[in-house]
Amino acid sequence: MNVKRLLAALVLLVLCAGAAVAAPLDVFKDMKGTLDIAGGTAHIPVMNKAAQSIMTFNGDIRITVAGGGSGVGVKQAGEGLVGIGNTGRPLKESEIKEYGLETFPFAIDGVAVVVNPKNTVRALTAKQIAGIYAGTVKDWGEVGGEPGAINVYGREDGSGTRETFTEKILGKTELAPSVNVVSSNGAMKTAVAQDARAIGYVGIGHIEESIAGIVIDGMIPSQENAANGSYTVVRNLFMNTKGTPTGLTAAFIDYIYSADGARFITESGYIPVPRGQ
Amino acid sequence: MPPPRRSQLWIRSLALGVGGVLASVFAFIMFSALEALARGRGLSLFGNLWSPGAGQFGIMPMIAASLLLSLSALALGWTVSLGCCCALHLRTCPRLSKLLMGILRFMTAMPTVVYGFAAVFLLVPLIRSALGGSGFCWFTAGVVLALQGVPTMTLVMDGAMASLEKETGITSAALGFTPLQHLVWVVLPSMKPWLFSAAVLGFGRAMGDTLIPTMLAGNAPQFPASPLDSVRTLTAHISLVLSSDMGGGEHLSLMLSGGILLTISLLVSLTVRYISFRGRRR
Repeated sequence: MNVKRLLAALVLLVLCAGAAVAAPLDVFKDMKGTLDIAGGTAHIPVMNKAAQSIMTFNGDIRITVAGGGSGVGVKQAGEGLVGIGNTGRPLKESEIKEYGLETFPFAIDGVAVVVNPKNTVRALTAKQIAGIYAGTVKDWGEVGGEPGAINVYGREDGSGTRETFTEKILGKTELAPSVNVVSSNGAMKTAVAQDARAIGYVGIGHIEESIAGIVIDGMIPSQENAANGSYTVVRNLFMNTKGTPTGLTAAFIDYIYSADGARFITESGYIPVPRGQ
Repeated sequence: MPPPRRSQLWIRSLALGVGGVLASVFAFIMFSALEALARGRGLSLFGNLWSPGAGQFGIMPMIAASLLLSLSALALGWTVSLGCCCALHLRTCPRLSKLLMGILRFMTAMPTVVYGFAAVFLLVPLIRSALGGSGFCWFTAGVVLALQGVPTMTLVMDGAMASLEKETGITSAALGFTPLQHLVWVVLPSMKPWLFSAAVLGFGRAMGDTLIPTMLAGNAPQFPASPLDSVRTLTAHISLVLSSDMGGGEHLSLMLSGGILLTISLLVSLTVRYISFRGRRR
């Protein structure tokens, strides 16, 4: 008897969960057609998850996601080659005027500089960090730590995390060719967590006990600080459309702002931004 | 009994089909590499500096790293393989030989990612604390690549050694050779072509492996000054750049890297062919 009741409760729970998950997808029920998305590489994981979820729900919809970078996103959306062009930066005045683009910020991508928890250094200036990545600062002793060679880790070319880090901290500083390269946030965590003399950077959502975030110019790296603007090694991720979106494009953008979309954004290591901010 | 005609036709057409697919892959990569060379004239693809931000797409450091890493892995791995093979055949301790053979056979089936993963947690920290540096370096990757190549090379040598021992064993024994003398003075000298082809095979495997260098060599696009320096091989370069879909010079450098790797492996397999052909004729 008890088992039956339990089973019934379980079935009910699954049905409810199913309904709750499916709700934001309901608008796609009777839709058909193709949506092409291109641009920023940091956006790809979010776009892919949303596209997969939509295409699994309704097989008549086809959504393609390509990279290319922010420049490609602006150009292709502006010329009508794709429905949504993604950028990792706000549109320039000239781009809005030339193409008549409408912009939708949907996530914050924060990057934290991290070290091994055994390292005594917990704060650095942006200038010191730039020096370390340029290869001019080579020893932890030079930045107030215990003397020992600094093992520098970075991400591969084209990584969105690297793009933000380069833009906000390195600026025009040339990267030393001796910087070790790892190809994911996970690999970066493993490398820094094992190496007491390591420095690296990860998406801010990836900080945990095995690695320690560095306070940069007095700014504490955390999800909250990135969201409220007091931590500035961040950038917004934008979707852009030519004119006001309609049909499938509009539905896709709504979906990114839905609870499902927020989940995809968090899973990709970013912070969701509510609509209209 | 010769196989019936129809099945011969089948086999031939299948072979032709497979050959055609391989040839088209080869042609595609070679044409892409040539196209990359033609289109990338202003991009200094054969330069010494990899800095996409500054428009520098040189892959010379990667070519150097691939060659250095696979040659050093080969030197280490080949020596160990020869030692393993001799140990197997001297039969000083049959139980140990059996165990060694079992381990080697098991190792051939091991995916390279397992070696890489284990080394990240075991060998890298060891080398970092014992020798300094970050532990992700030419030396670490070389040791693991050598280990990865040992089973293949040992099995090739073992096959040759077994048949040569059989051919010459009784004569040598009749002449009063001990097993060690037999091995050193009779078997090894007549094994030269196989020792060489084992080396070429091992080199090809070390050159073509992607996961071990990507996970262990550090991937910094520089010429190494010491074995403890971080290096990036051609294979690692392809996997790193491919993970972020990009056009332009990065993409062209991938095509060229692919072309170079394919050319090297073609040379390797032609050499093996030539050696085994010569060996058989003798």
